[in-house]
Amino acid sequence: MNTTDPYAGERLKLSPFHPRQQALNIRDAWSAWNGYKFADYYYDAEYEYFCVRNSCGTYDICPMQKYEIRGRDAEVMLNRMVTRDVAKIRLNRVAYCVWCTDEGRMIDDGTIFRLAGDKFMLTCGSPCNAWLEKSAFGFDEVSVTDVTDDLAALSLQGPTSCAVLKNMGLHGIDTAKPFDIMYFPFHGDTLMVSRTGFTGDLGYELWIQPALALELWDELYAAGENYGIQPYGEAATNMARLEAAFIMPAMEFNEALRTVHFEHDQTPFELNLGWMVDFKKPHFSGRRALLKEKQRGSKYTLTKLDIEGNKPAEGSYIYKNKRCTREIGYVTSAMWSPAVKANIALAMIKTEYLQGELWAEIYYEKELRQYSRVARCTRKQKPFWAPPRARATPPPDF
Amino acid sequence: MSKALKRCVELDRYDSIIIGAGHNALVCAAYLARSGQRVLVLEAADTPGGLGASREFHPGFHASVAHTISHFPQQIVSDLKLASHGFETSSSALPTVGLSLDKKHVVLQQNSVSGTSADDADAYQNYSRLMRRFAAVLRPFWLRTMPRIGNNSLAEMMTFAHIGLNIRRIGKKDMQEFLRIVSLPARDLMDEYFDNDILKATLSWDGLIGSKLAPRSPNGAVLAILYRMAGESRGVHAIPAGGVNGLIESLCTSATTSGAEIRNATTVSRVLIDRTDNGLKAMGVQLINGEKIQADNIVSATDPQRTFLDLVGVEHLDIGFTNRIRRLRCDGYVAKLHLALNGLPDFNGLERPDGRMIIAPSMDAIEFAFDDAKYGECPNQPVMEIVLPSVHDASLAPDGQHVLSAHVMYVPYRLKEGWTDAARDLICDRAIDTIAQYAPRIREHIIHREFLTPSDLEQNYRVTGGHWHHTEFAMDQLLMMRPTYEAAQYGTPIPGLFLCGAGCHPGGDIMGGAGHNAAREILR
Repeated sequence: MNTTDPYAGERLKLSPFHPRQQALNIRDAWSAWNGYKFADYYYDAEYEYFCVRNSCGTYDICPMQKYEIRGRDAEVMLNRMVTRDVAKIRLNRVAYCVWCTDEGRMIDDGTIFRLAGDKFMLTCGSPCNAWLEKSAFGFDEVSVTDVTDDLAALSLQGPTSCAVLKNMGLHGIDTAKPFDIMYFPFHGDTLMVSRTGFTGDLGYELWIQPALALELWDELYAAGENYGIQPYGEAATNMARLEAAFIMPAMEFNEALRTVHFEHDQTPFELNLGWMVDFKKPHFSGRRALLKEKQRGSKYTLTKLDIEGNKPAEGSYIYKNKRCTREIGYVTSAMWSPAVKANIALAMIKTEYLQGELWAEIYYEKELRQYSRVARCTRKQKPFWAPPRARATPPPDF
Repeated sequence: MSKALKRCVELDRYDSIIIGAGHNALVCAAYLARSGQRVLVLEAADTPGGLGASREFHPGFHASVAHTISHFPQQIVSDLKLASHGFETSSSALPTVGLSLDKKHVVLQQNSVSGTSADDADAYQNYSRLMRRFAAVLRPFWLRTMPRIGNNSLAEMMTFAHIGLNIRRIGKKDMQEFLRIVSLPARDLMDEYFDNDILKATLSWDGLIGSKLAPRSPNGAVLAILYRMAGESRGVHAIPAGGVNGLIESLCTSATTSGAEIRNATTVSRVLIDRTDNGLKAMGVQLINGEKIQADNIVSATDPQRTFLDLVGVEHLDIGFTNRIRRLRCDGYVAKLHLALNGLPDFNGLERPDGRMIIAPSMDAIEFAFDDAKYGECPNQPVMEIVLPSVHDASLAPDGQHVLSAHVMYVPYRLKEGWTDAARDLICDRAIDTIAQYAPRIREHIIHREFLTPSDLEQNYRVTGGHWHHTEFAMDQLLMMRPTYEAAQYGTPIPGLFLCGAGCHPGGDIMGGAGHNAAREILR
């Protein structure tokens, strides 16, 4: 760090992949994530989205928070923190998890990697140090280390992703099932590859020490040259994840520890994540509140909507009637989905009204004039985008 | 199946197991047993009584850590028929004596003060009138369960209303004064009323002792004074006939006569928790020898940190709750000095050392002693409260010989360089040197000395931080916040697990309120 720079501490950190990403960010479209300079998009968000859906793209997940949790009590400690049964995560497997306050309100979601019997990695979107410290208190043998800056990570997503990795020489990668972890020798070190991602499609995440980040990038892009590899940023990610009906912080949920107003945060049940709340496992934080909620029913339910017309229902209220006299919910994310060819949205709707009619009041602009329309919404049970290749092992070849 | 029949069938099953046999545990046990419960009290020490238990600290010499009683409620005495079990209610009230280096001692009796100016004596009348009035406002609530915050039942709302009404009923002027002084630092209140330094220091003593508070500290000193005035004796300290241990023994007899079983030298290592689909349930205890004993209710009289963090284990608790227990302030600041004396020492200017003697020449002297302790040092000039219990109960020492018992403030639980024998000897010497300023020939009388730092109290009595009150008696840890919400009504987040110790409302000292209130909640 340049000590003569009076703003040194304020400047954004650069990811180990930054030199390559900067060269490709021809629009200079940068924003920030967890203090890292981070691409919103590189050239065109829609183009990058189409790469993710039709060939493959890389997404820098270095700014994602990563914690190594190890020690004899690591499993018990994590199991008491998250709602899923960590004991059921087998060696070299990953599980999507959520964790809650005592009141059963969701603090964050993330993934837990079991790297050894007594060693885990937890990744999440926002810093979680304080909560992990509180969660670890009272356990004798567990250490929590923030390894965010010690591990470079790159997400490779899209139908050609497996082919690219094979082309790069990762023999056997096609045998990795979803949520599997595999290891490959790489320049004297080890490259960890997990079959995980945030696009709902076939994809992998690559984990390497930062010193080898550029070697990884170069080999990946060399291998992917004929497979349409392209970096993508936050905007394309947000499109892909919405089609997969994945939740985003500050969109579908407000992190409980940052929520001031009563119940302006959410519960796993409200977010349709009840399947991850395991009442059969040992005690976990929020269990009593969540059991009560399960018995009584949730106030809201996150709902997948197919909305008539083609105007995205961004920021719309949901009503129970076409006259829009009874408001019953709000849209959290909405877009025209190119892959599904549908006007899709996620909406928080009061559970008691779910079975009735749903109407979205959509405002849109056409050449400075404001228009509104009331559109009928249809509930969808399955994610909008869930191609068989996302789950197939081995994945179809290219 | 009738309850009696069920009991015959499950002979080895108890309704309630109480962990610890301090006075609150015994009060709770006695109430539960009287109501027909099968009660087992498990005490790790060889004798029951906790900090009130009498111990032979030198052959022939006995003392208990708590050396006087000031607000043990008459209601418990009569409910549990303690008089018929040997508790002498007609205990001798002790004058409180503020010792003076130039022999101008200040003596506080029930209704009067001597050794001060006439102005101070008048002011004392006004002061005690007001404090008694305020103590009366709060008196009904020490033996009540405090309401929860939010989701209140009608009964809980009534308690809130009752508190409000009681405060309102004392009249507008007194109400304003009550609300003003209740969180006032002791120093401000004393400076308003009095001139005499020793009087001020002596009166503030009862607001400070046992807590991490000095005269200038905000947070509850005045409230602590009012708490100690809760009993029928209005805060006057006494040594019951038979000593503090006499009370303990009568509680034991009351409990066992009602059918409770007390097992000494039995250390609980875990509270056993059963996991069902519906959640957790406390179902028994495990002893250090591995033995498991089952019961419907597990009632912990030990402090909240020990209960939850050691006996229950954090894996059974939510993370937020755990961290509220973790942050409880439990560091003790009172050490205990016991001297075995070969005769009755002379105190300069005192006819007979039969009172509760306070060595604190001024509020500054208290403050400076606290300043040292705040930063992890032992005070250069300790302040203390001295009683010679053997003057009132000859059985505590061999004929003609005596016991001196002193609470020495402020001795930090966390000594900066750590507690060693040398560190203990040093502060013990300082304490004895301080006493010698008032009783110059004290050293000639000493046969044996024992100094228990808060760290020793923690070890010997299994109380976190060696804290008298199990956790600090302070605004943020009182009433419906004691020890913390979700455990402030004696129940805990784990069904079947209750608290009944000083870490609950109303708090510490030899008071019994927590044990009494807990029993009522368990029987609810």
